[in-house]
Amino acid sequence: MATLNNNINPQSSDFKLKASAMQVLVDDLQQQVANLLLGGGEKYQAKHLSRGKMLPRQRIDALLDQGSPFLEVSQFAAHEVYDMPVPSAGIICGVGLVNGRHCMVIANDATVKGGTYFPLTVKKHLRAQDIALQNNLPCIYLVDSGGANLPQQDEVFPDKLHFGRIFYNQATMSAQGIPQIAVVMGSCTAGGAYVPAMADESIIVKQQGTIFLAGPPLVKAATGEEVSAEELGGADTHCRTSGVADHYAESDQHALLIARQCIEHCPKTAGNSLQRKNSVLPRYPAEEIYGVVGTDLRKPFDVRDVIARVVDDSQFDEFKALYGTTLVCGFAHIDGYPVGIVANNGVLFSESAQKGAHFIELCCQRQIPLVFLQNITGFMVGKKYEAEGIAKHGAKMVMAVACAKVPKFTIIIGGSYGAGNYGMCGRAFEPNFMWMWPNSRISVMGGEQAAGVLTQVKRDQLQARGEEFTADDEQAMREPILNQYEHQGHPYFASARLWDDGIIDPKDTRHILSMALATALNKPAQETRFGVFRM
Amino acid sequence: MLKSVLIANRGEIACRVIRSAKAMGMRTIAVYSDADANALHVKQADEAWYLGPAPATDSYLRADKILAIAVKSKADCVHPGYGFLSENAEFVAACQAKNIVFIGPNVPAIEQMGSKSAAKVIMTEAGIPLVPGYHGDDQNDDLLQNEADNMGYPLLIKAVAGGGGKGMRVVDCSTDFLTHLTGARREGLASFGNSDVLIEKYLLSPRHVEVQVFCDRHGNGVYLGDRDCSAQRRHQKVIEEAPAPGLSEELRQKMGITAVQAAQAIDYVGAGTVEFLLDSDGSYYFMEMNTRLQVEHPVTEMVTGVDLVAWQLNVAAGHPLPMKQTDIHLNGHAFEARIYAEDPEQDFQPSTGTITHLRSPATNQHVRIDTGVVEGDEISPFYDPMIAKLIVWADDREHALAKLDLALKSYHLEGIHTNIDFLRRLANLDDFAQGKLHTGIIDQFQELLLNPSVHEPDVVLAMAGLVFSHAAQGQFADLSGLRLNQTQALTFDLCYLNQTSAIVADAKGHVSTDQVVLNHQQGQITAGYHLQDNQLSLFMATGKAKITQVLATLDDFSGREEANTGSICAPMNGSLIACLVSAGQAVMAGEALMVVEAMKMEHTITAPMDGTIGEIYFQVGDLVSADAQLLHLNTLEE
Repeated sequence: MATLNNNINPQSSDFKLKASAMQVLVDDLQQQVANLLLGGGEKYQAKHLSRGKMLPRQRIDALLDQGSPFLEVSQFAAHEVYDMPVPSAGIICGVGLVNGRHCMVIANDATVKGGTYFPLTVKKHLRAQDIALQNNLPCIYLVDSGGANLPQQDEVFPDKLHFGRIFYNQATMSAQGIPQIAVVMGSCTAGGAYVPAMADESIIVKQQGTIFLAGPPLVKAATGEEVSAEELGGADTHCRTSGVADHYAESDQHALLIARQCIEHCPKTAGNSLQRKNSVLPRYPAEEIYGVVGTDLRKPFDVRDVIARVVDDSQFDEFKALYGTTLVCGFAHIDGYPVGIVANNGVLFSESAQKGAHFIELCCQRQIPLVFLQNITGFMVGKKYEAEGIAKHGAKMVMAVACAKVPKFTIIIGGSYGAGNYGMCGRAFEPNFMWMWPNSRISVMGGEQAAGVLTQVKRDQLQARGEEFTADDEQAMREPILNQYEHQGHPYFASARLWDDGIIDPKDTRHILSMALATALNKPAQETRFGVFRM
Repeated sequence: MLKSVLIANRGEIACRVIRSAKAMGMRTIAVYSDADANALHVKQADEAWYLGPAPATDSYLRADKILAIAVKSKADCVHPGYGFLSENAEFVAACQAKNIVFIGPNVPAIEQMGSKSAAKVIMTEAGIPLVPGYHGDDQNDDLLQNEADNMGYPLLIKAVAGGGGKGMRVVDCSTDFLTHLTGARREGLASFGNSDVLIEKYLLSPRHVEVQVFCDRHGNGVYLGDRDCSAQRRHQKVIEEAPAPGLSEELRQKMGITAVQAAQAIDYVGAGTVEFLLDSDGSYYFMEMNTRLQVEHPVTEMVTGVDLVAWQLNVAAGHPLPMKQTDIHLNGHAFEARIYAEDPEQDFQPSTGTITHLRSPATNQHVRIDTGVVEGDEISPFYDPMIAKLIVWADDREHALAKLDLALKSYHLEGIHTNIDFLRRLANLDDFAQGKLHTGIIDQFQELLLNPSVHEPDVVLAMAGLVFSHAAQGQFADLSGLRLNQTQALTFDLCYLNQTSAIVADAKGHVSTDQVVLNHQQGQITAGYHLQDNQLSLFMATGKAKITQVLATLDDFSGREEANTGSICAPMNGSLIACLVSAGQAVMAGEALMVVEAMKMEHTITAPMDGTIGEIYFQVGDLVSADAQLLHLNTLEE
């Protein structure tokens, strides 16, 4: 193995400037997350606790093994999307270990709008189920939700990827032998009633959990019948009479212990037999990534300096180091797991794209998981490049990425623009997990480029009509475009809409990749079959 | 010349004898019971022979088997250690008949001293001062009661063949006399095969001072200083020291000379101990003579520089004593603390189980540990609960005592209960430090001594949090407790002193395999620890603290009825030696039901409430394990 050299001087003013700029972003990230942890706010949390219920994160802690990591996904879902705050979209999702087994936990937060489903709540729930399916993870639903958010029913109920898909997923995952366990710890009304009803096993907490298609008010309106919620759909009704729930729990804690028991009775399925080596820490501190990368996307850095701070013992064996040098490909280990790393080190040329396609083929052949470190403005443009067929070479890389059936992980560590996003395994290419660093940006092209294109088009139109396009006009037009791209390309904006699985602190990259790799290896290795490569 | 020795004993004393014998170039032969197949003495000896089943009566007390092994293994001599056959005249005679040297005195000396009443007659004749009492052969109950009533209370009943506190009872009033008489006889019979007793005046606060004597076959006799063994619990020595503090040179010499006279009165040969009661006015009375090596012999070795076992072997080989009285000088001060497998908080009940964790203080020429156990050993209910002895030496008593405390502090044992913290509290008593010793010192300060160690709960819980986090981290390595964009310390529900609280393990510190260092505002605090599942023992400077991680389990919610309160269970592993009730019998709360014997101590099981006896599940002679249901008591409600 070859050791990556240290090219960084933490005492240099450049390093210090970049590091402190990144620190500001990380501090803000942590502050935002600290606010998210309050769910619907201290008042609603206190009210929730006063009913003898545990908060969703407490439930997750109690459900998971002591000391288990919890890889939360879509933490920023719905962040500043609606005209009211809906922290984390009112649902906590993530991967943790239950009796040593990776599970997807999906927990409603009843302190946020009663745990009702906003459009992004649905999207987040479905994304969590996607992850479970893609990585073969048992699902544990900690249900405490009033069901669909009625004012937004048009964006929640009818479409393919709306509420109904939750139950479709439960059914099809169950059919594939992926355990589906529901713990009813609060309301479970209307459509929500199908979560426990569709589960392989369901647990209900007495005096807390209720399951019914229509709650007491609707029943009264429909038939005039007066009935209490507990009588209508409480633990006694469902465990003794209806059989909708299977296990009767005295309390949240009891219910979670039963859920752990349920998982224990699901024999672990064979996962990926990828050989893990002993883990060795990188030779250089992870914190130094701040000063390597900085926050100014226009300032280039050598991505090897990032890799050196993520991979085991900073050992990295480059593939085709001398060819297509704007794409760095090579083999390494992360926390003992073998990985193939594909990382941008400049704009993509035909050679880099072909090299990338070749390397992805290698990893698929050898069943080695792929890690993409995205920092890409796009493919090279110009007459020379079009003539040499950069489109078909780029297409080769996109084909390879799309068809690769090894676990794939994408981290946007800088810019993610245009077709570069596709070739580097963007969201559409179904990486098992995808994260953004707080300094990164994502859009079809850079704001500057977009402003340039749009002002050029405008100028051409005006000139065709013989009108003038002054510098002031151009500036007036550029400004809102730049602002729009900056706003919409920001990680908070992206993550709020689930274009990724979360924003991560750059220095945590290694730990998060390790957990994600361990998660992905729950699924047996898949055979890759590529489509037609345009030669 | 003696070239090989069979050690007819087990535990620390067997190891102790092996050490000296090996140093003298002798072949060492161990014997062992089923319970001791993997014991330390077996490993340390050059060869080891199987003796029989675990109960001592089937193994270490089987003179015939031991002798047969001695013959088969061609042992030149037999060292009996203490206890078991060490003062059994028949065994000595049998050895002689087989031409095997017995390391100890000859038959008449043992016989004379073995019967406490006979010994006293001889000592009276030799002009040795005695405590008033009845030492007659007539063992009639009424006669004994009468003698006792005439003598006045409190008084002592002792099994004539007894020693080490077995078969010995203090009687406070006339009405209790017969009960104690029966108990002393039963213990005497069980432990020594002799139910005869003697009665003695019970001095109020005397000291127990004993003199180590040594005599050879050539008429030489010396005393090797004295020992104070006043710190006793139920007549069991706990901490001994040499020399006895606060004695004038004149008194020390007088007692020494008296002791040698006593030994020579019976033509004694070998190592022996003459025990005296020393009254506050300086008068002393002969109590008894132990015709063997004593448990506490190491303190004498520390202050005289003599290897008493080596002397025993040399004298047995016919050599004269290597020193004259004038050559023997006392140097410095030594303490010995006896480590017992027992629970001081549960009335010193013997504790059985596996030693899961054992860290002992570093030994050197001034800190010595005589032990028979290592980590992983099982402490069985069959033998004496003393598992090791810690011996320290320093120039003077004050420094020796400080050293004792320091060494006890770093003696960490888990898996069984021990008296280590109790010993520390005793060593730290002001009266003890000032040498205000008397045989009732432990009873006098009982409350103080039995109080569990007090630690600052905050410190204990912070340290526990560190250890539990460390353990949880072991499983998930760097990913332990990982949360996205948050730092989250693990939280544990910890129970300390019967109080459970949720502890956020965010304290700063460092944890290694058996030590935890807490960075506290008072500075760094270090403790040893042992973690077994959810049970943590912290070995703090202030003693041991036990913390349990409360883990909710489904059983907590199972709603099963509490176990029937009418079940009477064995308090420990042991054997059922008496069943005092029969099925259908009505009993009252507090009434004795059964007697279980463990580690040579009797434990009476009493009725917790009024009721009638239902089924009895065991018979006398059966072995019972801790928590086994012994009988069912039908309560009045049933």
